[in-house]
Amino acid sequence: MDILNAIVALLNFVIIPATAYGAQLALGALGVTLIYGILRFSNFAHGDTMAFGTAITILATWGLQAAGVSLGPLPTALLALPVGMAATALLVLATDRAVYRFYRVKKAAPIILVMASVGVMFVMNGLTRLLIGVDEERFADGARFVIDVRSFREMTGLQEGLALRTTQLLTVVIAFVVVWALFWFLNRTKSGKAMRAYSDNEDLALLSGIDPERVVRMTWIIAASLATIAGVLYGLDKSFKAFNYFQILLPIFAAAIVGGLGSPLGAIAGGFVVAYSEVAITYPWLKIAGYLFPGWQPDGLLQLLGTEYKFAVSFVILIVVLLFKPTGLFRGKSV
Amino acid sequence: MSTNRQAAATSPWRAPILFAVLALLFILEGTVRNSMFSGSWNTSLAILNMGLISAITALGVNMQWGYAGLFNVGVVGFLALGGLAPVLVALPPVEGAWAAGGPRLLIALAVGLGTLALAVQAWKRLSGGRGLAVMVIVIAGFVLYRWLFDPAVDAIEANNSARYGNIGGLGLPVLLSWAVGGVFAAAAAWAVGKVALGLRSDYLAIATLGIGEIIVAVMKNEDWLARGVKNVSSIPRPTPYEIDLQQNPEFVEFAASWGFGAAEASGIWVKIGYMSLFLVVLLSIILLAELALKSPWGRMMRAIRDNEVAAEAMGKDVTARHLQIFVLGSAVIGMAGAMMITQDGLMAPTGYNPLRYTFLIWVMVIVGGSGNNWGAVLGAVLIWFLWIKAEVWGPALIGLLTSPLPDGGLKEHLLDSSAHMRFIAMGLVLLLVLRFAPRGLVPEN
Repeated sequence: MDILNAIVALLNFVIIPATAYGAQLALGALGVTLIYGILRFSNFAHGDTMAFGTAITILATWGLQAAGVSLGPLPTALLALPVGMAATALLVLATDRAVYRFYRVKKAAPIILVMASVGVMFVMNGLTRLLIGVDEERFADGARFVIDVRSFREMTGLQEGLALRTTQLLTVVIAFVVVWALFWFLNRTKSGKAMRAYSDNEDLALLSGIDPERVVRMTWIIAASLATIAGVLYGLDKSFKAFNYFQILLPIFAAAIVGGLGSPLGAIAGGFVVAYSEVAITYPWLKIAGYLFPGWQPDGLLQLLGTEYKFAVSFVILIVVLLFKPTGLFRGKSV
Repeated sequence: MSTNRQAAATSPWRAPILFAVLALLFILEGTVRNSMFSGSWNTSLAILNMGLISAITALGVNMQWGYAGLFNVGVVGFLALGGLAPVLVALPPVEGAWAAGGPRLLIALAVGLGTLALAVQAWKRLSGGRGLAVMVIVIAGFVLYRWLFDPAVDAIEANNSARYGNIGGLGLPVLLSWAVGGVFAAAAAWAVGKVALGLRSDYLAIATLGIGEIIVAVMKNEDWLARGVKNVSSIPRPTPYEIDLQQNPEFVEFAASWGFGAAEASGIWVKIGYMSLFLVVLLSIILLAELALKSPWGRMMRAIRDNEVAAEAMGKDVTARHLQIFVLGSAVIGMAGAMMITQDGLMAPTGYNPLRYTFLIWVMVIVGGSGNNWGAVLGAVLIWFLWIKAEVWGPALIGLLTSPLPDGGLKEHLLDSSAHMRFIAMGLVLLLVLRFAPRGLVPEN
């Protein structure tokens, strides 16, 4: 039994990728859950909002690279990120003004808003395609690894290598800072408290003199910024392809529902639950089993489900939560 | 659940006029050759046939949305599942595939379903320690399932894998597969609806989004089923083949008497054959749907849609009725999926794009008039016509709009990306109709 190598393999293939992915999902799910909490509908355009923000950021990155600006070991995209965030915030604010506000004022059924968000999704999808095309774009530059396999092996003398990519470390660090800032905002500032009050009870919040339009505007700006950050981190970690951002919608919804729609803490927990399950279930455990039980030679790869079916994992988690605890782990909004 | 049901009555001539305009568009497409129309009856009929299939899909979605307010975002999955039926029903059996692993595969699938059923029963019947019991059942069932399933699949996929490698069909008439496609989709819809209905309305949307993606993933990756991305071609047709017609002297003479060449006429003849079949299905579904809507059942459905709480207070089981209509609507979508694959003669799972097969169908239903069957048909054929023609008209329009711009990067980029404009245009159409004419072109009366 070779526990050390098994742990390194587990870290390298499961824990590190799943943590980075979980942080990206958590940021996406936070946006979905905030919009749900304040505007009370599931925003189907969120994936394409992420794609749009990322596309703008990539364009700005290219501009910076062309101008010779770089951040050294860090990806240039970090410098371009505020541009993407601002552009996305402007776009969603304009969308709210042009589309959603009408239904909000009319107090239309939530499903009408969901449908409107589908229309918005179409438009944003087209805009993104128009801006950057449908091809896969890689825009990560700077140092690729914090720790690479070879130097890890030389350092420790272990057989199993460990790689930690810059983008993975960056994802976790940025996600942590963003989440900390968000919670500080929600819990400590007057505006954040107004948002939470509005989410808990709209009528009471109105009676206390909270301006609903201001709350809605703040929500959109925060959600757009979160979506852009999540999208850029996801794009840096993997690559940018508009269609992938549509597909990531399902894990993000699953994360938000698992945590409890409307609960920010739940969205983070849900993101990690979905990411860890997805990676653990689609990872072939043969290698790790080989270290742990050297005598055992199974005939398969010990993979519960092919990676093609990673979306099935989010779906099954979603179904299980809907069956047993429809309000989610952190008791989101019911009804 | 459109936002404004009690708007003023519309003219009874509205629907006939709109249908006449639509017919005119197809006639122009068939006869006039200029920069806007192709002037080919083959093109015109091809668009019409796909429009009719879209219309049947839209009817299914309209049942779910227009009669019950259910938002199904997994249309693409139900279409794809229906498309599996022609492959499994109509193709001739693959030699050796059944012997290689057929029975074992069926037992594996039965074990899989049995495990789920047993887990559900254990959860319902047991009181103490049921969580543990369910977990043990699921894990044991999964291991047994994989033990049975994996070798069977390997054996089937190894059987003449260059040509087949799939389980093969039953060699039954292809028209039968249309009904089977409906049954497939209905079964999937029952499973999803059972879980997601009765909760918040968004949950059904999200759950169907998931099942749609999973069904398409299964079709792409399970090679034993329909060869996955290797595609299945030469699915039997319910209509004659063009090449046979062209070699038939009687047909050539008949075509010549109408002034058509044999090649062109054979294409038209086959397409008219499909069109007639599709029209029969479409009209029967509309007839049944209209009869159902006028029956007490239909009144109950509308009552539930318009006020769930009141209907529930009158003793109606809202969730059960929702499940019923969800399954019915999905069956219609599945049927359309089977018809589409029959017409194409090709099963290519990579083509199932949710934007095209889910959200475009939604645009059709909303534009046509949710709750009205004729509206759904009109919306479907019209939007499909525009969607196809936008490929031609889009670049022309952008060329016109950008003509004042100086030649250069921007102009070129805009011209290149005119294909993406279709998405923007469709999104805008959906948003505009939803806002300014929520009852659609042909409102529900």
